[in-house]
Amino acid sequence: MRQIGQFGLAVAFLTALSSPALSEGDASRGEAAYRPCAACHMIGEGAINRVGPHLEGLMGRPVGGLSDYRYSDTLVNAGANGVTWTEDNLDRFLEDPQGYYRGTRMVFRGISDAQTRADLVAYIVQEAGSYDSAAAPSTGEVPPEIAAVLAIEGDFAYGEYLSSECTACHANQSGGDIPGIAGLAPSTFIHALMSYKIGEREHQVMTMLVNRLGDEEIAALAAYFATVE
Amino acid sequence: MPLDRRQFLGSAAALTATLAAPMVARAQTAPHVVVVGGGAGGATAARYVATGSNGAINVTLVEPSRAYYTCFFSNLYLGGFLNMDSLGHSYGTLASNFGINVVHDWAIGVDRDAKTVTLAGGATLSYDRLVLSPGIDFVEGSVPGWSTAAQNAMPHAYKAGSQTELLRAQVMNMREGGVFAMVAPPNPYRCPPGPYERVSMVAHMLKQNNPTAKILIVDPKESFSKQGLFEDGWQRHYTGMIERIGPDFGATNVSVDPDAMTINIDGNVEQVDVCNVIPAQRAGKIAEMAGITDGNWAPVSAYDLASKMDENIHVLGDAAAQGDMPKSGFSANSQAKVCANAIVAALAGGRAFPPRFANTCWSLIDTNDGIKVGATYEATDEGIKSTSSFVSQVGEDAATRETTYRESLGWYDAITEDMFGTA
Repeated sequence: MRQIGQFGLAVAFLTALSSPALSEGDASRGEAAYRPCAACHMIGEGAINRVGPHLEGLMGRPVGGLSDYRYSDTLVNAGANGVTWTEDNLDRFLEDPQGYYRGTRMVFRGISDAQTRADLVAYIVQEAGSYDSAAAPSTGEVPPEIAAVLAIEGDFAYGEYLSSECTACHANQSGGDIPGIAGLAPSTFIHALMSYKIGEREHQVMTMLVNRLGDEEIAALAAYFATVE
Repeated sequence: MPLDRRQFLGSAAALTATLAAPMVARAQTAPHVVVVGGGAGGATAARYVATGSNGAINVTLVEPSRAYYTCFFSNLYLGGFLNMDSLGHSYGTLASNFGINVVHDWAIGVDRDAKTVTLAGGATLSYDRLVLSPGIDFVEGSVPGWSTAAQNAMPHAYKAGSQTELLRAQVMNMREGGVFAMVAPPNPYRCPPGPYERVSMVAHMLKQNNPTAKILIVDPKESFSKQGLFEDGWQRHYTGMIERIGPDFGATNVSVDPDAMTINIDGNVEQVDVCNVIPAQRAGKIAEMAGITDGNWAPVSAYDLASKMDENIHVLGDAAAQGDMPKSGFSANSQAKVCANAIVAALAGGRAFPPRFANTCWSLIDTNDGIKVGATYEATDEGIKSTSSFVSQVGEDAATRETTYRESLGWYDAITEDMFGTA
């Protein structure tokens, strides 16, 4: 994995030398481009981790750098090698996430249009702000319906049984096409499922399956998946 | 007389020879589950009984093939999107990591009184619970003129492997401007969208290699799964290439002549170049041998997939008559988990959880044009009943269709990992 990280670095360096200047981004247009991202990434003050890491203070933050989020090895290694998020590497990552950081768990096809990407990056820069290593960890408010599920002690054995419905589509070894869910923190897991229930996220299969899960069942699943390696 | 357990274990070990894994030491009193059929139902059930009981139940999986080729996604091989190797899976991990005794043999008889299964190789396995997941066989004479003996001239390609490779070769070698015909099956049958995804994949290949060729579907059904979505896709991608003859025009009265390569549709004889005959279907033969079928299928309880005729036998997947679930790999995998939980609860004192079922079927129409249909189900006294469902929509944008296709690839990786215990 270390080699992949170094390779990523080399690619970033070479392409930075040879590529044309970035397009001028328009943050107000970028807000629309951010909408699909918002399903997984909270941005701005008070943002917390959801399915994806929160983006508060992203610019200048080490790649894979939040201690309370479980990243793929490829992002952790990049951060360990000193890579931090810049407008330039964010642009390249968003163009082809799997190509830029092979093995990233982020399930997103990428944005081929350079102008749309530039707009999106401008929006993220504006909303996320810069990294402040001294800043206290984010303490965003947890919505009440999610707090209610978080308060339930999950029935592990029931969660293990219910998990078999998930593993028909979610491979333990995350593929690039359906996200891996093993090892997610219970708060992240619960937030992810509840966001389908309250209509923040929409997916035909997930919405159907989550709609028949009660709070006890979601808590049970969260308790189980947190322990899966 | 059945062999006693000591003799049985000896013979089973001899049969599997020295498969790489060391045999897991087993208590002689441990309950024994025999699973017949290593597909989406059987492999999943074997794995979940083994893990769910933490090894307290001995599990033997009987499957003739050492390399199993999934029928699901075999249409994508026909279309040139996947190679045959990517559909192949072995049982090594189930043996080595899950302690399952994998026996590569045919089950040829079930003695329900003695609770034993006889194998073609001569061994007899005794069971406390038997899980039959044998998939499908064909109804003899359902397409007059066609028989298994004619499957080289007119392949069914409805069990994946050499038949699928044969059909692809025939399509690739078809004369310029030739006719590919499909005799579609009557309900119920394995993989409801399967024949129509196959037509899409054949059309995809012909469009590149033989664009003046034609496709003729002879279909005894009034309508079929995802019909509007497929017909919309055919119109967009394969304009003028595909013709479907339904029951209004005689498709319920069809015979074939494999020597002459003709199809007789209610008296009209069509000369064709490739003919894919998908006959009417029934439960895999062993279900009938066990005496648990009623008509073509094996009726089961919706709660634990136990046979209505023998509570010690469970039937999964295509072979089962269970209610509303389509005969799909996804369904079989879903049923296997409910069945395994019930078996572990009954034989090893595990917690019994309420049955719950789900299914999703993805189909590919052309490159990056994927569609899906799915539903959730619950168990009732009258059978498995659908509780909610969804289906892709005509007119979805290209990005949605591509995402749906990519999702299907992710599902394939996950379900095969779920079945075989390995990526």
